[in-house]
Amino acid sequence: MAVHTANAPAAESAAKKESKLAGLAKFRELGLLAFILLLAIGVQIRNPSFLTIENVMDMATNTAILSILAVGMMLVLVTRGIDLSIGATLALSGMLVAQIVSASAGFSPLLAVITGIGIGTVCGLVIGGLVAWLGVLPIIATLAMMNIYRGFTYMASDGKWISSYQMPESFVGIATSSVLGINTLILIALFIYIAAYYFIGHTRTGRQIYAVGSNPESAKVTGINEKKILILVYTLMGGLSGLCGVLWVSKFASAQGDTASGYELSVIAACILGGVSIAGGSGKLSGVILGAVLIGILNNALPMMDVSPFWQKGIEGTIILGAVLLNAAVKRGVERNHLLRRRI
Amino acid sequence: MSEYVLELKGITKRFPGVTALNRVHFKLRKGEIHALMGENGAGKSTFIKVITGVHAPDEGEIFLDGKPIAFSNPTEAQAAGIAAIYQHVTNYPDLSVTENIFMGHEKVHPKTKRLLWKDMYREAKAILKQLGSSIDPKREMGTLSVAQQQIIEIAKAISTNARIIIMDEPTAALTARESEDLYRIAESLRDQGTSIIFISHRFEDMYRLASRVTVFRDANYIGSWDVDEITNDQLIVAMVGREITQVFPHKKHPIGEEVLRVENLGKIGYFADISFSLRRGEILGLTGLVGAGRTEVCEALFGITKYDTGSVHLKGQRLAVRRPKDAMKLGIGYLPEDRQKQGLILQWGIGRNITLPALERFSNKGWLTEKNEAQLARQLAEKVHVKAKSIFDLAGSLSGGNQQKVAVAKLLTAGLDVIILDEPTKGVDIGAKSAIYEIIQDLAMQGYGIIMVSSEMPEVIGMSDRIAVMREGRITRMLQKEEFSQEAILEAAMSEAPGKTKAG
Amino acid sequence: MEPKTIQPYTQRTLEADRPFSAKQFFLQWEWLLAFILIGVIALNTSLSPYFLNISSLRDATMVFLDKAFIVFPMALIMIMRDIDISVGSTVALSSVVMAVAYNSLGVPMGAAVVICLIVGALCGLMNGLLIVKFKELSAVIITLATMILYRGIAYIILEDQASGSFPEWFGFFGWGYVYGIPFILILFILAALLFGLLLHKTTFGRHIYAIGHNDVASRFSGVNVDRTKVIVFTLAGLMAAVTAIFLASRMGSTRPNIANMYELDVIAMAALGGISTAGGKGRLIGTVIAVFIVGYLQYGLGLINIPSQTLLIVVGALLLFAVIVPKLNIPRFKK
Repeated sequence: MAVHTANAPAAESAAKKESKLAGLAKFRELGLLAFILLLAIGVQIRNPSFLTIENVMDMATNTAILSILAVGMMLVLVTRGIDLSIGATLALSGMLVAQIVSASAGFSPLLAVITGIGIGTVCGLVIGGLVAWLGVLPIIATLAMMNIYRGFTYMASDGKWISSYQMPESFVGIATSSVLGINTLILIALFIYIAAYYFIGHTRTGRQIYAVGSNPESAKVTGINEKKILILVYTLMGGLSGLCGVLWVSKFASAQGDTASGYELSVIAACILGGVSIAGGSGKLSGVILGAVLIGILNNALPMMDVSPFWQKGIEGTIILGAVLLNAAVKRGVERNHLLRRRI
Repeated sequence: MSEYVLELKGITKRFPGVTALNRVHFKLRKGEIHALMGENGAGKSTFIKVITGVHAPDEGEIFLDGKPIAFSNPTEAQAAGIAAIYQHVTNYPDLSVTENIFMGHEKVHPKTKRLLWKDMYREAKAILKQLGSSIDPKREMGTLSVAQQQIIEIAKAISTNARIIIMDEPTAALTARESEDLYRIAESLRDQGTSIIFISHRFEDMYRLASRVTVFRDANYIGSWDVDEITNDQLIVAMVGREITQVFPHKKHPIGEEVLRVENLGKIGYFADISFSLRRGEILGLTGLVGAGRTEVCEALFGITKYDTGSVHLKGQRLAVRRPKDAMKLGIGYLPEDRQKQGLILQWGIGRNITLPALERFSNKGWLTEKNEAQLARQLAEKVHVKAKSIFDLAGSLSGGNQQKVAVAKLLTAGLDVIILDEPTKGVDIGAKSAIYEIIQDLAMQGYGIIMVSSEMPEVIGMSDRIAVMREGRITRMLQKEEFSQEAILEAAMSEAPGKTKAG
Repeated sequence: MEPKTIQPYTQRTLEADRPFSAKQFFLQWEWLLAFILIGVIALNTSLSPYFLNISSLRDATMVFLDKAFIVFPMALIMIMRDIDISVGSTVALSSVVMAVAYNSLGVPMGAAVVICLIVGALCGLMNGLLIVKFKELSAVIITLATMILYRGIAYIILEDQASGSFPEWFGFFGWGYVYGIPFILILFILAALLFGLLLHKTTFGRHIYAIGHNDVASRFSGVNVDRTKVIVFTLAGLMAAVTAIFLASRMGSTRPNIANMYELDVIAMAALGGISTAGGKGRLIGTVIAVFIVGYLQYGLGLINIPSQTLLIVVGALLLFAVIVPKLNIPRFKK
């Protein structure tokens, strides 16, 4: 039997190794960034029009909506939940706002945005209530509400599209105008990032979201109001979806019954790629934004590389599955290293 | 101003079916370390929850600095300067050390309510330094060892300016050196005027630290003494209610041939070099601190987890166990430690629970024959004296002792040779305890080889034929019957230097 | 050697016959379902005088029963406290492979049907294996990923075209009668019986309930949790393929976007049938009634020309109704 000596220096060095491991999270974001750069270079070689200013701006505006939603989804996932209804909420808010602005031309764009956020917030509040007060599983509650909101959208539209010529120019301008040469969508997304950064990292409520996800039991003992937190994250998610509904309709200049159908999957994919843990408690803003950027680039790059659009779903599915499994494998590796380091 | 910072009078707390506390008293002086002792189920945990505002007492009064007070939630108790450090560390593994310390009482900017991270890091560092620890306050909590996490919990208590700190079994999972660190911290807190309620099973904790001791037994207040005015034996009588030897009516069980041999079993990160043998009719006690690897060894033998090295031989044949079903088929049964989570399906009746491990015996080619099943379940339940009306009574409605009997009955359905019992009397009242001891003795008489994992020293000493002591994943000592003593076990379980290794 | 107890405790005998309680018997969820079903039929009859005739009731079943095959394995999955949201995609993929095998690869239709079943079972098997091998991930996230993946593969195979022109006999699945009874109804009843027996009368079914209540204790009791899960998820894939066959037969063709959001209908039917999303509870008979409730409700709303998309709202609301009502303590219907 090996005689082992337990002395302070050994423990110290073990502790140091562990802190290095904790830095693995940073490595993840660097890895993601490196992957994005490699991908960009690869696509650029295939198609030189990829990295033109025009295309990059186009990608950025496309990614803006995805990343705004991903920020909200991150918070939902952090509390161990999931929200499948955001595509439907987005469509409902977009459809209702489009109808309002096409009926009354004088409706100001700002008011349109606020209306959209309001509609989304109500949608999110309903889900939050179902999850927090009635204890319905998030997957069930959001699956049901997804259908209900989508049904409302069809009912409101009566099967018709609302297209660009019906919308006032000022409304379409929400997504197409620019300030100092930067597209408004990008500016709105940047504003959301900053607000989220402050909220998540520098307010009590923001941290309580992570506490609830990390250990709901302790959260109760600490006196954190878990129900309030759950309602908050779903309401925020709804509000962001409502905002994105307006932005979406403005950007694509059309509102239809099946707007953004299935978009929630891309959003969840961005979060998973960005390292948000499905088990709750952890997820970083920077990771999620990078994840959204990666998905955005893929969506843009595949057609430019002459990949059939019918391959997109398959590729997206493979990426999500791969990312989820890779995450799990990395985590297992880390845990195994922890075990190897233990003295016995 | 009262002589006591905290005084509880005639506290009664009832839960459906049980009285958890029956008119108990407690008095705590300023700057005193007061040990609260009692067996499992004596009511200590409920008592803490009353003090910390988790439970409201049904009767009785609480005085803080002589003034009557009633907490309606933990936050109020915290505001009044009471903090508790629980046996099972309750923290946020994904968050940083600093956040864990300040969760619930964060430092915020008075106007903007912005979190003041710099201030919190600085203070966390200062508190940790005061506790003699150099843990980085930005580290993720989940990467710390149990002992380090305990220190963070204490830091948390200090950061709330607690005047009264309750420590619930804080040393249960610590080695001697780590315990010594904790003692030192507790003493320095005491010297600064903090009052500490120290709950522990271990006598040496109490002698080392406390100046006063209060004993609860079966939800009742037994008495309070100065530590130097009560002898060890008197204390045991106070806690147990009788001489220890009375609890274990030792029956003769003839010891037969070797049935199980374990050679150099190892699992990375959990245990190593585990070797022992077990004979028919023998009860092998397996003890050590919580976290020493006892449960992990048993789970590996039973196929819940895999082992990396070594071999297991049953009746002379080398076993390849991949899952519990294999182990049970070959003849190894396991009574898990946590009967509510691992042992029973609480939403099911007694009968279904008993038959679950061997359903194929009560069925025909996969088809259930419920009549047979019910009859056999009833026989087995009666064999272990389950107190209930019918086998359809839900397992969740039974008392701890009866639940444990049902869990034992599950083992009797399979044709086993070796039975592993993990903490068989944990959370069981005294009456049911001796019933379970009798069942264990009966099983030994019937020729089962029995491995009994236990943290309770009187139980291990009273029941076992041999005792294997584990520390940090290794068997440090194998004690023969004539060598049994609390001191010998403690030394093997806690000493930092590796003890003598003996494989039996 | 019989154990001798030195000092026996008051020797008790335990009752081994299940006590019958009339109150409990009538407070079962299934009675509520039966009333709802009667209500739905009454409603439909008031809307259309032709509804309550045998051939109308019979033909209605042919329209909605196809997805009902998946309800049974979904019930098993939900009893195990898991969920599978990839079943709609599995339907699409297996039917697309079948159609392509027949139309493009020249495989005889009979073999193509078998291939369809194999593809479905493989999809389910993959779900099951991933869930078992990566226990730290939930079934939600794994089947979410495979949901996208399976449908993605269907799109890769068939792009956005339809593939049909099956041989005439293949139409029998969707439109055939045996002695005046729709073939699909016969197969549905057969499937209900088989799954009912499997769940309620075999050790396998008992294990499913055990896992749903407490998978850890089940494992400690020697239940092979992993194998049970893999089998049940594979069954879900297989039944999705059965649905694919009936759907393709009834519609005469298939395309990658068929059976979109079927998972919602299926989960709603199972939940309405009394399968608790918290696991461990529910009986198959309830799901059978629920299938007819949802089916006739949709059919009836179709009769009064409510657009099909509005039905989304109805199904969503039904799902919420099914999960919320048992949580309210008022009429204590036992699930």
